[in-house]
Amino acid sequence: MDGIYPKKLRFGEIGLSVVMAILAVGAIVVAAKAWTPEYAFHAYLFSAAAVAAIFAIANRYTARDAATPHMIDGKPNYNFGPVKFATLAAMFWGLAGFTVGLYIALQLAWPMFNLDLPWFSFGRLRPLHTSAVIFAFGGNVLLATSFYVVQRTCRARLAGDLAPWFVVLGYNFFIVIAGTGYLLGITQGKEYAEPEWYADLWLTVVWVTYLLVFLGTLWKREEPHIYVANWFYLAFIVTIAVLHLGNNASVPVSIFSSKSYIVWSGVQDAMIQWWYGHNAVGFFLTAGFLAIMYYFIPKRADRPIYSYRLSIIHFWALIFMYIWAGPHHLHYTALPDWAQTLGMTFSIMLWMPSWGGMINGLMTLSGAWDKLRTDPVLRMMVVSVAFYGMSTFEGPVMSIKSVNSLSHYTDWGIGHVHSGALGWVAYVSFGAIYCLVPWLWNRREVYSLKLVNWHFWVSTIGIVFYITAMWVAGIMQGLMWRAYTALGFLEYSFVETSEAMHPMYIIRALGGGLFLLGAVIMAYNLYKTIRSPEPAALGSRAALVPGE
Amino acid sequence: MTHPAQPSRSPKPSSTLWQKHQVFEKNSIILVIGILVAISIGGLVEVLPLFYLKSTIEKVEGIRPLTPLELSGRNIYLREGCYNCHSQMIRPLRDEVERYGHYSLAAESMYDHPFQWGSKRTGPDLARVGSKYSDDWHRDHLRNPRSVVPASIMPGYPWLEQTPLDIAHIGDNMAVLAVEGVPYTPEMVAAAISDAKTQGSADDAATPAFVGRYPKAINRDLGGNVGKLTEADALIAYLQLLGTQVDFKLYDDKANIR
Repeated sequence: MDGIYPKKLRFGEIGLSVVMAILAVGAIVVAAKAWTPEYAFHAYLFSAAAVAAIFAIANRYTARDAATPHMIDGKPNYNFGPVKFATLAAMFWGLAGFTVGLYIALQLAWPMFNLDLPWFSFGRLRPLHTSAVIFAFGGNVLLATSFYVVQRTCRARLAGDLAPWFVVLGYNFFIVIAGTGYLLGITQGKEYAEPEWYADLWLTVVWVTYLLVFLGTLWKREEPHIYVANWFYLAFIVTIAVLHLGNNASVPVSIFSSKSYIVWSGVQDAMIQWWYGHNAVGFFLTAGFLAIMYYFIPKRADRPIYSYRLSIIHFWALIFMYIWAGPHHLHYTALPDWAQTLGMTFSIMLWMPSWGGMINGLMTLSGAWDKLRTDPVLRMMVVSVAFYGMSTFEGPVMSIKSVNSLSHYTDWGIGHVHSGALGWVAYVSFGAIYCLVPWLWNRREVYSLKLVNWHFWVSTIGIVFYITAMWVAGIMQGLMWRAYTALGFLEYSFVETSEAMHPMYIIRALGGGLFLLGAVIMAYNLYKTIRSPEPAALGSRAALVPGE
Repeated sequence: MTHPAQPSRSPKPSSTLWQKHQVFEKNSIILVIGILVAISIGGLVEVLPLFYLKSTIEKVEGIRPLTPLELSGRNIYLREGCYNCHSQMIRPLRDEVERYGHYSLAAESMYDHPFQWGSKRTGPDLARVGSKYSDDWHRDHLRNPRSVVPASIMPGYPWLEQTPLDIAHIGDNMAVLAVEGVPYTPEMVAAAISDAKTQGSADDAATPAFVGRYPKAINRDLGGNVGKLTEADALIAYLQLLGTQVDFKLYDDKANIR
């Protein structure tokens, strides 16, 4: 029916081209009058990206059919282009983020790696590392999987024509602006929210589009029920929008300046920062990745979710309680005690809904535990859920004020974050990508399950090195800071406690190096999978298990 | 377009909670509203009272906004990511108070946009580093930390003393902070550039007016080339101020128990 119309430009194609043209010209004006060369560079980047977008729209117009059918032969015409892009971007940013992580770990062991140059100093590279792994790697995994899962579970093509591409490309452009900004010294100075006002504004536009594409796809669903994974994706998208707007409220000094000042100050800013910061963990790194767990583990294990009712209870409990947990980052600070106590109480209670998710993920393996022996992809995802359980137990323990008085400001916190980030977030992402790539590129299975096995063991040893080194370093330094001599004097100067960390920092770097090596093996495996000529056997989507 | 008949999970209407929950499972907008309600409560309860409870920020004497030079220094502190390794928040624990000084008050960071309390001490806390070391020590330490602390793992910042300080727009910065509630007067904003130059040089004729605007501000040649302000001068001016504004001989802890 659609096919009989001649091909013409769509409203969205014209509209977005006009917007991009205005952006391209406006950015040139800003670049010309910018107060600093760094900001001018970013304005030029915006302009170049806008011009590239217009070219891409024109190119796509000449190549595309007159109409995009939503169904082909009774099956949804899934839109997997943006999913493929985000999957490859995730792998690329993952490698970049892990490499920067290894580099700054070496800087802590041997400060000469700072090179006495601004663009290589720890203070600028550390935000690059955190943003690259959380927002670039994690974010692209979330974009790829959410756009895949929402289409499959709704049996509907992604809503929007250019919108899904705008989300994926726009988000990655945000990453480029943020990352180059840190290196050039453009930062708000708020942890995990370093990008300046114009990057934040751009991300807001991208994020609202993301929400609309996701909701629009849900509205087209053929199933009456919204699948569990999509509740978690929705909670992640909606809450990150709220947190982003609240924490980044700022007034730019000028449109020609990259500098802005956050409207909040002092103790209120501290509370809002960790309301944001802890829920970036709770909603970006937890709810979003639980959604991945709820789709990919049942799919890979070929078993239904253990308990639908448990998923309902732990969904609402998790999103309600997580929001309260922020003040545990501010124990014994100038934040009023009532807020600290509230934060601690909810952090401890949060243990239960967190383990609700873990139980639901692990018990999905009921009757299929033998697959862990033969399927390293499933093993990776199951181990990720085990790490999730471990770090969501460690977290409540560390939120107890008396424990926190020892652990806070030390490397224990770094170890805790990495058992969650490497063990949980990265592993469930790796598992999902190992599933996704063969599905998206129509291959039967990844190139080599043996290499997946190698990836699993190399990186697991890396994680163990990493977190044990940080536990020892953190607890040791915490105890040294509060050690007294028999005469009642502080026993150690600060720099003595810093020197004692040196062996642990080397072991940590070794662990990080192994984790990076695992990711390199993965990248090679994926490359060979995509390049392999073997076409997929029709209808076979489940993992092939020897002997099955 | 007709859909194949969907097999219904519950043929007869039932009133269990599980059945009632289906309203969320079947309607994305109701699900979004449910999510928004669930995530709003905790944030509102923890954040909003901080803006109106008077006990949140202690009543103290002596806190003034940063001078233009100190503000420039603070912007460099942010730019270089010092907060990644240094906290500015001393906790009321015996060892911290003995190591760093009086525990930090909320009032001491009330003009900080954004706050810089930090979360990790790869290096020591800086909340009260002001006037503990000489300007020369800071200059050497920033250039090459290991020249004064051999076991330090801090990066060197040699470019700071080689880069002239850009203060062309510091008044615009202060004007924005004034909008956000920092008590900068129009007079302070207008005098921003000359005040920055005055603070970084000794025996300036404009000193009395400058100190009138910013009581107890340090006012000396910060060790660099006379008459030329560098980024290191600004950062040192900021570091030398940290934690020195409240006179704890006069401060009454008990009056501010929360």
